[in-house]
Amino acid sequence: MLTALYIMLGLAIVLGAVLGYAALKFKVEGDPLIARIDAILPQTQCGQCGYPGCKPYATAIANGEADINQCPPGGDEGVHALADLMGVEYKPLNEEHGETKPPAVAFIDEDTCIGCTLCIQACPVDAILGAAKHMHTIVASECTGCELCLPPCPVDCITMEPIEETPENWKWKYPTIPIKPVVKL
Amino acid sequence: MDPKHYFMILIGTVLVNNIVLVKILGLCPFMGVSKKLEASIGMAAATAFVLTVGSMTSWTINHYLLEPFQLEYLRTLSFIVVIASVVQLTQMVMEKSFPVLYQMLGIFLPLITSNCAVLGVPLLNAQTSVNFIEAAFFGLGGALGFSMVLIMFASLRERLEAADVPTPFQGSAIAMVTAALMSLAFLGFSGLDKY
Repeated sequence: MLTALYIMLGLAIVLGAVLGYAALKFKVEGDPLIARIDAILPQTQCGQCGYPGCKPYATAIANGEADINQCPPGGDEGVHALADLMGVEYKPLNEEHGETKPPAVAFIDEDTCIGCTLCIQACPVDAILGAAKHMHTIVASECTGCELCLPPCPVDCITMEPIEETPENWKWKYPTIPIKPVVKL
Repeated sequence: MDPKHYFMILIGTVLVNNIVLVKILGLCPFMGVSKKLEASIGMAAATAFVLTVGSMTSWTINHYLLEPFQLEYLRTLSFIVVIASVVQLTQMVMEKSFPVLYQMLGIFLPLITSNCAVLGVPLLNAQTSVNFIEAAFFGLGGALGFSMVLIMFASLRERLEAADVPTPFQGSAIAMVTAALMSLAFLGFSGLDKY
C-alpha cells in the first residue's frame, strides 16, 4: 500500500520537475513591445478601435497596422503615453472611433430586466451575473464601462452611471497648459 | 528478431485490429475532427506522435516501476499521468522548435490527452507481455491505423457534403452510417495475419 503511494508520489514529482524544467527551458518569449502597449491600453475590451479587444489592438500598433489615436477610453493621456512609447508624434484622438467619456459602470434597472441573457453574451469581461429568466446584475468592480451591453438589451434597462470622483480613485490630471519651447529650434 | 515479425505487427495493428474501426477506440476525434481534411491530417499527425511515444514511455513505467512491485492495478492512473505529461512536453518542445507545426496543430495537441486510443494501446500492451520494441511497434501501428482511417473518413465526409442525402439522414446520421460501413469493410481484413 505504501509502496503504491510512494511510486505515484515519485512519478508525480519527477514528471512535475521535468515539466517545470521544460517550461523554463522551452519558454517562448512573447513580443515585449506588444505587452508594453497592452499595459498602457485601458483594458475595457470595448472594440471601439476596430479590433476585437485591447491585446489585438496592441498587436496591430506594434506591427504598424493601426494608428495610436484609436482608443477613446484611454483618452488623451493614453495617446500621449503611446506616442512616448512608440517614439512618434502625439496626435489628437481620431473622432471616428468615438469620444472620451468620463469613466462609468453599467447599471441594470432590475425592475425592467426580463432575464434574456443577451447582455451576458455581449460582456467582454464577464461582469454580468444572471441566468435565463432570472434578474441580471452587474459586478461593478469588474465592469470596464465599455457600453457593449447597451445595444443588445431588448428592453433598454441598462444605463451607464458615471463613477464619482472620490479621494480613493482621484488621479493627477495630465497638464493642460501647453509647454512651449523657449528657444526656437 | 526478424524484421518479418515487426512487419506482421504493423499489418496486424493497422489493418486487422484497426484501433478505431475494429477495437472501437478513439471515436471522439474520429467523429469530431473529421469534418475537414486539413484538420484531420493535423490531428492524425499529432496523435500518431503521442501514441508512439506514449506507448513506449508507458511500457517503461509498467515494466520497471509497476511490475516489480506488483502494482499492476495502478496502470490506468499512472499511464494517464505519463501520457498527459508527454503531451505537455511535446507541446512545449514543439512550440519552441517547430513554430509552424505548432501553429498548424495548435488546439489539437492538448485534446490528445483525452483520446482513449492513446490510453488504450498502452493498456492492451501491458496486458499482453511484449518487449520494448514490440510495444513501440504496437504504438506506431495503432498510430498509423488511426491516421489512415481518420484521413479516409475525413475525405469521405467531404464528399458526403456534396452528396444528395435524404433529409432524415443528413449531418451526423449519415456520418455514423458511413463509419459503420467502414468498420464492416475492415472486418474483411480479419484472418489476414494468419498467413
